[in-house]
Amino acid sequence: MHMQPENQTASNTADNARGDVSRRDFLKLSSGLGIGLMLEFSLLGTACSKLGLGGKQEFTPNAFIHIDQDGVVTIVAHKVEMGQGTYTSMPMLIAEELEVDVSKVKLQHAPPDDKAYGDALLGAQITGGSTSVRGAWKPLREAGARARMMLIQVAADEWKVRPETCYAENGEVVHQPTGRRLPYGNLVEKASRLPAPAAVTLKDPKDFKIIGKPVHRLDAPSKVNGTAEFGIDVKVPDMKIATVSASPVFGGKLKSVDDSEAKKIQGFQQVIKLENAVAVVADHMWAAKQSLAALKITWDEGENAGFSSASLREDIAKASQAKGAVAKNVGNAPSVIASADKKLEAVYELPFLAHATMEPINCTVHVQDDGCDIWVGTQVPVVAQMVAAQLTGLAQDKVRIHNHLLGGGFGRRLEVDSVAQAVLIAKQVNFPVKVVWTREEDIQHDMYRPYYYDHISAAIDEHGNPQAWHHHITGSSIMARFFPAAVKDGVDPDAVEGAVDLQYAVPNVYVDYVRHEPPLPTAFWRGVGPTHNIFVVESFIDELAANAGKDPVEYRLALMKTAPRAKAVLQLAAEKANWSTPLAAPAKGKAGRGVSVLFAFGSYIAQVVEVEVDPDQQVRVKKVVCVVDCGYAVNPDTIRAQMEGGIMFGITGALWGEINFDQGRVQESNFHNYRMMRMNEAPVVEVHLVPSQESPGGIGEPGTSAVMPAVANAVFAATGKRVRKLPIATALTTV
Amino acid sequence: MITLNVNGDQHDLDVTDDTPILWALRDVVGLTGTKFGCGMSLCGACTVHLDGKPIRSCVTPVSAANGKEITTIEGIGASELGKRVQDAWIEQEVVQCGYCQSGQIMSAVALLKENATPSDQDIDNAMSGNICRCATYARIRSAIKHAAGQPAAKEA
Repeated sequence: MHMQPENQTASNTADNARGDVSRRDFLKLSSGLGIGLMLEFSLLGTACSKLGLGGKQEFTPNAFIHIDQDGVVTIVAHKVEMGQGTYTSMPMLIAEELEVDVSKVKLQHAPPDDKAYGDALLGAQITGGSTSVRGAWKPLREAGARARMMLIQVAADEWKVRPETCYAENGEVVHQPTGRRLPYGNLVEKASRLPAPAAVTLKDPKDFKIIGKPVHRLDAPSKVNGTAEFGIDVKVPDMKIATVSASPVFGGKLKSVDDSEAKKIQGFQQVIKLENAVAVVADHMWAAKQSLAALKITWDEGENAGFSSASLREDIAKASQAKGAVAKNVGNAPSVIASADKKLEAVYELPFLAHATMEPINCTVHVQDDGCDIWVGTQVPVVAQMVAAQLTGLAQDKVRIHNHLLGGGFGRRLEVDSVAQAVLIAKQVNFPVKVVWTREEDIQHDMYRPYYYDHISAAIDEHGNPQAWHHHITGSSIMARFFPAAVKDGVDPDAVEGAVDLQYAVPNVYVDYVRHEPPLPTAFWRGVGPTHNIFVVESFIDELAANAGKDPVEYRLALMKTAPRAKAVLQLAAEKANWSTPLAAPAKGKAGRGVSVLFAFGSYIAQVVEVEVDPDQQVRVKKVVCVVDCGYAVNPDTIRAQMEGGIMFGITGALWGEINFDQGRVQESNFHNYRMMRMNEAPVVEVHLVPSQESPGGIGEPGTSAVMPAVANAVFAATGKRVRKLPIATALTTV
Repeated sequence: MITLNVNGDQHDLDVTDDTPILWALRDVVGLTGTKFGCGMSLCGACTVHLDGKPIRSCVTPVSAANGKEITTIEGIGASELGKRVQDAWIEQEVVQCGYCQSGQIMSAVALLKENATPSDQDIDNAMSGNICRCATYARIRSAIKHAAGQPAAKEA
């Protein structure tokens, strides 16, 4: 992490003259905030350093707190709310040290920052990788503490007393000996002329009043009365609605379109042709949908018209025969395995997956000669801005991104394909246009979680323990497209995450990676690399336990020689799930328990899953016991919520998730054939938090990654069938 | 021209009879609290009440609302029950991304209107048509019970 607290600066919003672009953007945004104390700080940290992007070493603020003369605190930070609770946890961190009520802290969507900040900012402006609280944990508290110290200083000067005799409480500075009080609002103007203190002392966690306590989500009231504004809800004067159909075959081009029937539809405005798509602009979505359906479109399907799920699988299996780029090499695993008396090997396959956010893809754009406005919910405002600038030929600072709440992100809104498409559509009209994808378009033109084909093998000693471990990963590299700089010597750090940091003591470990690109776009999906690798590692370790005739929990614990936190969560999960007490037999079918352990995103998780498999091979997950050690728990209820939701997201994927292809086209289209878990299918999820003083780990994604192998291992325990190719439902019903 | 009565207000709309209520509300009336999720009555995000009964507005044409009262998420808090359900949603910390919750709340209010003390099975039956991708199901169940005056089982 590279935070630069010594460079922290304070200034008055009314007389700033520094002239850096980001700052000016902020001032524009904050012009309604009036005179007050503004502190800048950097939230760069985990996101960048984890991706190996480095980042500038000089201080480049990318987040701000402002306290106005009424004592209202506003923070502007480059993270978006997509359900993970960050708009509550970030104010909590500030409020704790600033000594204000958390409900007094307002959060604003950040404007995109400028190219002046380069790669470092790109890192900072991404919401993803379960990084928000991890990155903000220290800088936000430090910023709150600095502001508090400055306010105390002003009050002390006013009273002509020593600052040490004063303290802050509930938005006021109090002089202890006399009980005199001054509210922050009265102090901010003078405080803004002080230099920010270089050193801060943060509270001892035992004194926390807000952090670690359940705090009601600040975004809840607007989300229960219909007033929360998601990207799709934007209303702009004179706006029209468009819906779009991209070439059903990836890479195909538009040949011709006949709109004679569409023109007869009430509300139809015009057809927009793009190189690879057709859009209809209309007065409202219904007219747009009807008109699109009435078009006669012919496509030049191109070279991808022939591929199918079977041919894609053949291609990746063949690619997997190559030697991979080495991601980890301890000892001499390949030769130990080659000469071993006893070994075990398996091939694991994971399917393409769609994100299926509840809010379908949408983007509203108004292109004018001197600027471009974009209303969208995005995890990457800077990238959206850059792409729009390229496509319009406008300077980047002429592109204004108005970010919104996200009706689910899960990685889909890290991509700007739909922003680019909407800009190209909007360039052809002289009014604002809201482009809304149908659910079918959303599923069939997603950017998919890659298909992975992993060959994994181990040499086994006389006790059944692995002496050597070789995990050979083949799949698309998302990083090579998204963050090429992160790919070093052919190794995509995301594609191998969860494979290279085994929690099991194995003397020889070799992990290598073959990049293989399918003829369709791939992208991050909730849980990213670990969703794939933890499935393979935790399934295979379960195979090794079964092969050794040992209990899956005991076997794992015995191998956790240098992993105390992983061991602790596993022990507790086994205890809470009554692992040693056999499950009662169900009325029909079979029941089983499965376990998994994860270390990823800085968090440790163990899960025990109970399933029932009925005589028709339908799997029902009954219960999940989840033990989490994610370091210091900032908002415990949010952690529980993320585990509950992440787990069910993972179960949905493990049981049913697969995108299939025929003739170059996606076969699934809506929720009837891309199945989602529903209320009546939801298991009981029991979450236990391990108290910890460690820095916070991520919580948005690991629940998803951990549960998939636990479900498959439970299916093995119930049926004796080892699922090596997801989804489970397909694996159990096809021979 | 068709007249829609939404949350007690009359709206004269220039749309064809077959226009789904969803798009009339969102794109013509300008009430965007009702959400588009699937367009095929598969996810429940678009649930509104027509004369107090829950309907999927993405497949129900405006012609079906002729002479009837539409209630949306923007208006449901005006009733005692609607407010109680919204409050329970906040109390039980249900929402995550929040996109599907308008439809969830409309389905839940309709359930409680018919059945003041629903069992788990009743809740499954009434709510399984509403997908939540954030999977807030356990909390939705707790919130419904909370609103019904039944203490929800405390989580471990």
